Amino acid sequence: MSKLKYEGPVIKKMNAGLMNKFGTRTEYQPVKHIEGVAVKDMIAKYGSPLFVLSERQMRNNYQAALRAFKTRYPKVQFAWSYKTHYNNAVCNVYHQEGSWAEVVSGFEYHKALKNGVPGNKIIFNGPDKSIDELNEAIKNDSLIHIDHFDELYALIELSDNLSKKPRVAIRVNMDTGIYPMWDRFGFNYENGTAWNAITKIVASGKLNLVGLHCHIGTYMLAPWAYAIAASKLCDLAWHSKNQLNNPIQYLDLGGGFPSANTLKGAYLPGSDTVPHIEEFAEAISSTIISYGFKPDELPLLILESGRALIDDAGYLLGSVLANKRLSDGRRATIMDFGVNILFTSFWYDHKISPAQDFTHHSEDQVLYGPLCMNIDVVRESVNLPVLNKGDQVVVHKVGAYNMTQWMQFIAMRPNVIMIDMKGENHVIRQKETLQYMEMLEETPQHLKDFKL
Amino acid sequence: MNEVAKRKICVAVTGLNAIDSPGPGIAVIRGILDCTAWDVKIIGLSYESLEPGIYMHDIVTKTYQIPYPSAGSEALYNRLIQIHEQEQIDVIIPNFDAELQNFIKISKDLKKEGIGTFLPSLAQLEARDKVNLYNFGKQHNLLVPADRIIYKAEDLKSVIEQFDFPIVVKGKYYEAVVAYTLEQAQKAFHKLQAKWGLPIIVQQFINGTEINIAALGDGKGNTISAVPMRKLYITDKGKAWAGITLEDQSLIDLAQHFISATKWSGGFELEIMRTTDNKPYIMEINPRFPAWIYLTTGAGQNQPAALVKMALGEEVKPYTTYEVGKIFIRYSWDLITNIEEFQKISAFGEL
Amino acid sequence: MKLKKNIATSESGFVFNPSSGDSFSLNTIGAEILLQMKESKSSEEIKKDILNRYDVDKSLLEKDWDDFMSQLRDNNLLEF
Repeated sequence: MSKLKYEGPVIKKMNAGLMNKFGTRTEYQPVKHIEGVAVKDMIAKYGSPLFVLSERQMRNNYQAALRAFKTRYPKVQFAWSYKTHYNNAVCNVYHQEGSWAEVVSGFEYHKALKNGVPGNKIIFNGPDKSIDELNEAIKNDSLIHIDHFDELYALIELSDNLSKKPRVAIRVNMDTGIYPMWDRFGFNYENGTAWNAITKIVASGKLNLVGLHCHIGTYMLAPWAYAIAASKLCDLAWHSKNQLNNPIQYLDLGGGFPSANTLKGAYLPGSDTVPHIEEFAEAISSTIISYGFKPDELPLLILESGRALIDDAGYLLGSVLANKRLSDGRRATIMDFGVNILFTSFWYDHKISPAQDFTHHSEDQVLYGPLCMNIDVVRESVNLPVLNKGDQVVVHKVGAYNMTQWMQFIAMRPNVIMIDMKGENHVIRQKETLQYMEMLEETPQHLKDFKL
Repeated sequence: MNEVAKRKICVAVTGLNAIDSPGPGIAVIRGILDCTAWDVKIIGLSYESLEPGIYMHDIVTKTYQIPYPSAGSEALYNRLIQIHEQEQIDVIIPNFDAELQNFIKISKDLKKEGIGTFLPSLAQLEARDKVNLYNFGKQHNLLVPADRIIYKAEDLKSVIEQFDFPIVVKGKYYEAVVAYTLEQAQKAFHKLQAKWGLPIIVQQFINGTEINIAALGDGKGNTISAVPMRKLYITDKGKAWAGITLEDQSLIDLAQHFISATKWSGGFELEIMRTTDNKPYIMEINPRFPAWIYLTTGAGQNQPAALVKMALGEEVKPYTTYEVGKIFIRYSWDLITNIEEFQKISAFGEL
Repeated sequence: MKLKKNIATSESGFVFNPSSGDSFSLNTIGAEILLQMKESKSSEEIKKDILNRYDVDKSLLEKDWDDFMSQLRDNNLLEF
């Protein structure tokens, strides 16, 4: 006779304000498969923890976002935000879809070149570009987005003896009614600095001012703020053409569109509060179209969306290491992944699903990571079924930033796999090894030996 | 007597917390039950195990727990459909501010399953939010106290150049403090920021008589009902203890103006401050029935029943008169029940 | 490990402590354990019964048992 499925005994005090287990039952369905591939099998083959990316979801997101803009505006170009996720396989999915590259460092710039992105389809952003990098970007005819006057003057100097003018844009910061205002990047609109920079560039005669760029914030929940931003960029473009006789070829509205993750402290889940990409597309497109440009003079609209295109295509699979009871009686579950690889748990309450069947008895618990560090908390309080040692979980919407901001701290970084359109798995980044970690280390001769 | 078979309907209602600071659910239910047009079964929807309405079996046939709003609209929808399979719900009336967004989000899907609601749109809900109220007033030519939305305590200095003391410092979701000095305002700012986060709303202080209007719009700009009430006495929490219906055409006009300007659909409450020179300032707009809604039934304009009719798709003619001088007096009442009842609702989510 | 005498348990998994007024709910195994404790069975007997009927190894049960007993104690349901 086969034995009954075991679950540890649970006793729960019934409080008036208690979230009844019934109410939570529908919140958690076990997630046993991703894109048809069994979680159990993936962990058995590639180890735990494990990052999994869905190529299908990435392409779907891209196509949906492109459609949202293209059905509203005639000229649209996306540029993949490398800092969001710069694994080559990931970048190439977006490049195959037609994305240019948007980079913010020499390292990312070279990655894009190496991936085969033509130099003139790379947007070089950010406050840190060395003279060598600027020279290279000029040579490759890349779009250089100027962040500050020091960079502007450096570029004018570098362009002194060139036959072909470098193509540049300026980054503009502005008040869109959003707090905090990102005024540390670029030139301010309201106090006239942006216009000042534009006139300097045009007056220099050395640079070709082709674009205007802004990036008003991150995880923006207000489509109307983009309408304000678009309208201010339009103002600058209009004056650039009419007063300086320098037409602007493109407006780059940056990114900052949110994914459906739930920010810490938010009352309602992200899936219910985050505006649809269509709403952002509508706010931006209708502002530019109705501004008054002649139809054939409408600027190209560039978007640098990262998070909204990849966050929900990424999953982190993990396993339970142990359970404990804290001094105040709360249950604590220790996972084999922590803030070292799930950096975004500092600002999101990630949705976490068990990967196997469970009964409807759940308990409020803390989820800890495996690090010997007090700050290693994945969820401060989450109502989950009671998980046993070895049980597996799926963390949702982890595709953005985690695999670029992760730390090699205490533990090494795990395998990253991509499930392709046919349901086949591919390792796109191998888990780190001791040999790899020590590859760049050098030990001076006198420190090679010791006796204990 | 030859009784014509009445239509049987099932109405599900939230806000069963008829406690010292009550939710409107029980008042809404009483209004619906007073209407003799149907044979009504009331289903309660509760969040907590001790909401008194759960145990009032003479008016609430059965109660089901539903997931907290923070679980999201999908969890709510799934639970409601599960209840619907048991009870065949015709209409749902949500009565909490915090749950409205979720109910509005799923209202179309509920309609497909045969469940009617009569709610404002998400855009209407947002426009009357505290943070947007001033712009909303400007846009629709409604008198709203001037305010400033601020993110830094230093901004209070520029605010007081604009407004005279006293000023009202308000939290994003709840609580307001009247400040008479800059120091008090700064203290209030920090306290409210710690509690409710940013931004903080600073409002011009309006002195006058507080009046409330419960009203119902048909979504096409018509006012089905509007009943103004002045509180006769309040509890130490500032809630109405007793109130009386008023006769004042200017208040009815205000509600009608609001409804025709916004095409509001559903019930709502205007909190008015009428100044000594007779200007009605809108202090707040609650996007649902108030807890004193049963007074409208008592005064001859049964708003809960009218809302049910509209949710069922029936034509409803606007009410034209109500009794002036009707009074409600709120009283509390200890209901006796058994531990088994509490255990059942707590553990199984049904009673 | 003895349950307080006046604790009321039901097969559907409710526990009521009349001296404190607290109510509790239990999952299936929790309810089974409590019912057997009420019948004054020893810890060893109860554990043996669970090992026989459920798919669980001894060390996991031992760990869960200790956790469960400490919960019962924290909730004032055990005799000292």
